[in-house]
Amino acid sequence: MSVGIISKVHPVRSHSNAAQGGINAALNPGDSWESHAFDTIKGSDYLGDQDAVEIMTREAPEEILHLEHLGVTFHRNEEGKLGTRAFGGASAARTYYVADITGQAIMHVLYEQLMKYSEQIARYEEWFCSSLAMDENGECCGVVTRNVADGTMELFQAKSVILCTGGNGQVWQPTTNALICTGDGIAMAYRVGAKLMDMEMIQYHPTTLAGKGFLITEGARGEGAHLLNAKGERFMEKYAPNKMELASRDVVSRAEQTEINEGRGFPDGTVALDITVVPKKRVHEALREIVLVGRDFAGVDITREPIHIKPGNHYTMGGVKTDVDGRTDIPGLYSAGETACVSVHGGNRLGANSLLDTLIFGKRSGRDAAARAKRIDYARTSKKILEDEEAMIADVVSREKGSGRRISEIKRELGQTMDGKVAVFRDEAGITEALEIVKRLKEEAKTAYIDDHGSVFNQDLLAAIELGYMLDNAECTCVAALERKESRGAQYRTDFPERNDEEWLKHIDLERTDDGPEISYSEVTITQWEPQERTY
Amino acid sequence: MAEYTIKVRRFQPESGEGPYWEEFNVDLEPSLAVLDGLLQAKDNEDGSLAVRCSCRAAICGSCGMKINGQSGLGCKTQIGEAQELANKVASAAGAKVDNAPIVIEPMGNMPVIKDLITDMESTHWTKIRRVTPWLLPHGEPPEREYVVEPESMIDITQSMACIQCGACVSSCLSMEADPDFIGPAALAKAYRFVGDPRDAETHERLHDLADDPHGIYDCTHCFSCIDACPKGVAPMDQIMRLRRKAGEEGIEDPNAGHAHEVAFVKIIEKKGTLDEAMLVQESYAPGIKGKLKPSKRGIRETIKSLPTILRPLRKRKVKLRQAIPGTHHKLPGDAMDDVKAIYAHAEEHNEEFNLYIKGEEGELVDENVEKGIERSTDPDTAEAK
Repeated sequence: MSVGIISKVHPVRSHSNAAQGGINAALNPGDSWESHAFDTIKGSDYLGDQDAVEIMTREAPEEILHLEHLGVTFHRNEEGKLGTRAFGGASAARTYYVADITGQAIMHVLYEQLMKYSEQIARYEEWFCSSLAMDENGECCGVVTRNVADGTMELFQAKSVILCTGGNGQVWQPTTNALICTGDGIAMAYRVGAKLMDMEMIQYHPTTLAGKGFLITEGARGEGAHLLNAKGERFMEKYAPNKMELASRDVVSRAEQTEINEGRGFPDGTVALDITVVPKKRVHEALREIVLVGRDFAGVDITREPIHIKPGNHYTMGGVKTDVDGRTDIPGLYSAGETACVSVHGGNRLGANSLLDTLIFGKRSGRDAAARAKRIDYARTSKKILEDEEAMIADVVSREKGSGRRISEIKRELGQTMDGKVAVFRDEAGITEALEIVKRLKEEAKTAYIDDHGSVFNQDLLAAIELGYMLDNAECTCVAALERKESRGAQYRTDFPERNDEEWLKHIDLERTDDGPEISYSEVTITQWEPQERTY
Repeated sequence: MAEYTIKVRRFQPESGEGPYWEEFNVDLEPSLAVLDGLLQAKDNEDGSLAVRCSCRAAICGSCGMKINGQSGLGCKTQIGEAQELANKVASAAGAKVDNAPIVIEPMGNMPVIKDLITDMESTHWTKIRRVTPWLLPHGEPPEREYVVEPESMIDITQSMACIQCGACVSSCLSMEADPDFIGPAALAKAYRFVGDPRDAETHERLHDLADDPHGIYDCTHCFSCIDACPKGVAPMDQIMRLRRKAGEEGIEDPNAGHAHEVAFVKIIEKKGTLDEAMLVQESYAPGIKGKLKPSKRGIRETIKSLPTILRPLRKRKVKLRQAIPGTHHKLPGDAMDDVKAIYAHAEEHNEEFNLYIKGEEGELVDENVEKGIERSTDPDTAEAK
């Protein structure tokens, strides 16, 4: 078996770094996978597929132990065993963590293992994927890549391809997401005919810094921090009297936005997160990253004063539609993590379930992809796809300065449009307007020019390709958000403010056509938890 | 909003020309980052300006660079502060300047590929791989988790906080002199395993790093890496902890640094001030046992040190009386009590330089308040302290 990992950045730069708070598993005595599953399903506003949620929550404890054995430096309790913290939407403290650098710690330990097994696994670090290769039977047979360091194009033949390229947060401005989160895998899969699912479900995280959109971990509220409006009121009492600050993210974000919209926020369009109520020693030990973020990016010492925050774009619940083994509609093409939509998160993801989703379904995809690779022979790939990509790139590079808009201008307009019209509160008029703007930007992107005409680290060119990916993602989100005429999870339609199980307890699937995304529906799998009213 | 001039050291490898400087005028809030300035120039003026960046929040480690000569992250250095420093540097050379260009260069100790992009693979990552950077436990893993001291995990979390940005490598003065030096990032990574109770190769790792002439004793204690590190990993501290552990494991230090440190601490503990006349003998032949049965190396090193002892005598910087070991006076009783109190305090707070335990410098000001909170909420930990 020959395995290669292709990444457009060095793997440790990837955005799993940003998962601060932790990873959920029902591992404590007295906790159960059923409880974890129910919390996840309730959190999803009953749009999560329950068979997939069951698999994820059942396999979670084993995965935590596996990571611990590999060397992740998980926090310990006084007995020296794995310790937990509380997180939003959960009925037990089941979040395992490394201070507030959990994602970073896990990713760096996994990279340690990649270095250990470098004989068996080839790493292509700083190679950019520009499209998927398909054979004549409609199966995926590889990827077309560009070596960022020297600009050479290469077709990687593969019996199985797994897309794990993260989410599409850069479609919104501001966002907690890194600059690399441009929805590459989602767009590449969509372009070769794979179905996308739940693309309207975009999570706004309740605690992001105004301006640049940096994340303040939910762990802060897990450790006991309060949310206050400008009058100093702990406003979550009105919206979620039982769970307060630890209600689901969609609930907390809507509560904050309501306070802000109704004039009880601060003049900079924020409310306050008060971490001073958390003991200082605990802050140093468990929230150090947030101390740094507050100090360096907001000029606030969070141990002494509240910090201003607001809901901000954070996570793509939707993505490439897969089954529980990561298989997409296209044979040979798999997807896992934020790129994929299994769906375990449905309308709203619980905090500390994203690393878990990535690890569990990443593993399952890997197993199935390996089994397929053993079973089949290499397909014959045509050189034409490589030539097509080279021609596409030559076209972008050859555009004259001033022939159109700058890539960065289009990207900015896209981000502002989506954050303004397809965010916490949505309505038909706003989404329609956004969709029209996205369509116009797609046209403008065809003539947008770049400055860099070289081969070595031509980041300008990569940004042009990424812009194309982002526009496809944006179009799909608008179409799905317009289609779902109800409020569920992260999709809140002010013109349809109620959840409507009779008509809309179903997934919206999208498939590419020349006229834009074509809509179909698929059923939500329900095993043992019938939809109920959702209160926290 | 304020206007800034950033002066970037550029290199376009395909142009056939050498590196050159280019200035860009950017317009942004002083609280925004130098990286934001660079991206504004790239977005609005020249898309070929190459800089690795991703998270913008000091967690991905992509944007290591030198700003006004100091290594750090572009996303974590506020442009207003960078301007102040640039002005200070410019003013030091002559008349007062208030709009000096902010100078931005690629990281040091690494080959430059294009503009601010360096070849980290051949330098940084090669050195990381040198320290066997993966856990080496013995035997099969337990059925559940490894049970370890809770403090041990917090202890190595400081090394785990490293984001592999290379700023410390860029700033390392030892590496400038010895490019083969394993360096601050890789050695901090090594401590993450040496300090990990689950790792079973501690002794082998320490031997490996101590015996390598480019290993832990190649650090010259210059603090540059501590200044450069954007994450408080304090690589030099981790190197010093590796040295201490090597000493505890009985590994011989070619510079006798560990023995020297122990001798220094013991003499002051006994006398309150440093009896320099005792330093050499206590370093190489400590205590009565050391003098009755000196090691070969001890004798060799003592003889080698003789010229160093004789020189100040000859130049009359030291009186003969002062050079006789043991004649050095002890501090008066109450002053000795103070010294003892300092030692007791240091002993008690032995591990507290770890940021995950004590927080940032300056946050200790209201330590008593902090302790008060601890006692009321967490009696167990407060007691242990």
